[in-house]
Amino acid sequence: MDLIYSLMETLLPFSWVQFSFMKNALLAIIMIAPLFGLVGTMIVNNNMSFFSDALGHSALTGIAIGVMLGIDNYIISMMAFAAIFALGISMITQSGISSSDTIIGVFSSSGVALGIVILSMNGGFARYSNYLVGDILSITRNEIKVLAIVLLIVIVIWILSFNKLMLSSLNTDLALSKGINVRYYKNIFVLLIALIVTVSIKWVGMLIINSLLVLPAASARNIANNMRAYHIYSVLISLFSGVSGLILSYYIGTAAGATIVLISSVIFFITLFINLIHK
Amino acid sequence: MDKCRCSVKIENLGVKRGNQIILKNVTLTANHAEIMALIGRNGAGKTTLLKSIIGSMEHTGNVKFFNSRGEKIDNPKIGYVPQRLSFDRNTPITVLDMFCTNSARLPIWLGHGKSRTQKAKESLKKVGAEQLINKPIGKLSGGELQRVLLSFALTPMPDILLLDEPVSAVDRKGISAFYNLVMSLRSEYHMPIILVSHDLGHVRKYATAYALIDHTIIETNKVINMLNSKNVQRTFGINISDGEI
Repeated sequence: MDLIYSLMETLLPFSWVQFSFMKNALLAIIMIAPLFGLVGTMIVNNNMSFFSDALGHSALTGIAIGVMLGIDNYIISMMAFAAIFALGISMITQSGISSSDTIIGVFSSSGVALGIVILSMNGGFARYSNYLVGDILSITRNEIKVLAIVLLIVIVIWILSFNKLMLSSLNTDLALSKGINVRYYKNIFVLLIALIVTVSIKWVGMLIINSLLVLPAASARNIANNMRAYHIYSVLISLFSGVSGLILSYYIGTAAGATIVLISSVIFFITLFINLIHK
Repeated sequence: MDKCRCSVKIENLGVKRGNQIILKNVTLTANHAEIMALIGRNGAGKTTLLKSIIGSMEHTGNVKFFNSRGEKIDNPKIGYVPQRLSFDRNTPITVLDMFCTNSARLPIWLGHGKSRTQKAKESLKKVGAEQLINKPIGKLSGGELQRVLLSFALTPMPDILLLDEPVSAVDRKGISAFYNLVMSLRSEYHMPIILVSHDLGHVRKYATAYALIDHTIIETNKVINMLNSKNVQRTFGINISDGEI
């Protein structure tokens, strides 16, 4: 880690490099952003942006459960709850009882409400408002290490299951006819989303995490013609808005997460415009 | 030369949804070079039967596959051409991308590799669609897409080919082109074909046998006898003397 820090100090011509919280934040963004760009494409392919949004909201209940059980590190209770939540939604959706956006809506709002009720019981909800907006500048050295390990696991699973997921998202019956266990891969996918959402929510914030997942992919989709371009654009847009948003927020003194999202939105509208004049 | 003995045998298949019986006691065999048409009114269970063969529908009974020597195949390869590929047309996925989702282990956004590209090209060539290889599938016409899907279904060579109303989104000229292609492929390769169609004209012209379905198999016969069947006439409300077909 020290090596990386000193490398950053020599390479980057900015005055903020002297602050370790900025270095940590930049490192975290360089790790999270590309992964969000990659996984986001599949969320958009599957029309699952509402689903990942609900997962973000479920984190609140996860934290509340952690508080009740007296766990210091809320990540564990958040992950466990988000995993159950994700599998629950996908099970009910697949059974076809009710339309999926209704189910997700119900899950999402009960997740938030339950979380708020439990956390406000002792009258101290303000303590947790960090999780709403997120604070990338609060990330510590050790948390970056945890983040790196989790992200590595996600990338490996992602690489091994991407093609099967892609065919499943194109058409379930077609994937089944090729011998793909669609249900298994869809479950892996929702668990992966649950994992990356919960592991990064403290720094990104519940209100905007979904924009970071969806916007880069949605922008890339506007201008890409094949899978390779789609993913390259998505990763680059995610990385660009992440890094530039962080730096900009330092100079104008705004919340980093929201600044990043704003930049992604601007990029989205630019790509939308490019797409419109091309057609 | 020995006769090819590949076939698919459906034995006593049943499907229930809740208390509703969708299919029961379905027993049906399709042999090599046979194009077995499943016909019947809407909601009779044709597509359900197809989905049971694919494995996307829970069912009782057995579906068994046999290879050209008449031996049972445990992990059959199924070629399936859906009625209308329902997908988001804006998804930036090319024909080659789609082929590689099935043939490559590493993610398709890392690249396709020369040999896989070559293979996909050869498969597409058989259906006269090699020029479409780099086109996004959302930009293909109905006929083009069905040809690409047929080629995808045949790669790798399946033990059975299932066609679910394969031409419902294809224009007139494309329809005969598609079926002629299926006809020319069927004798070349060792596999039975099962076709779902609501168009008796197509069935009469292109299928070799038919099975009339109404929650179970009402009758099966050679296709030349189809229009003389009382059951078929009743189901489709046709009178041969009217010359409706």
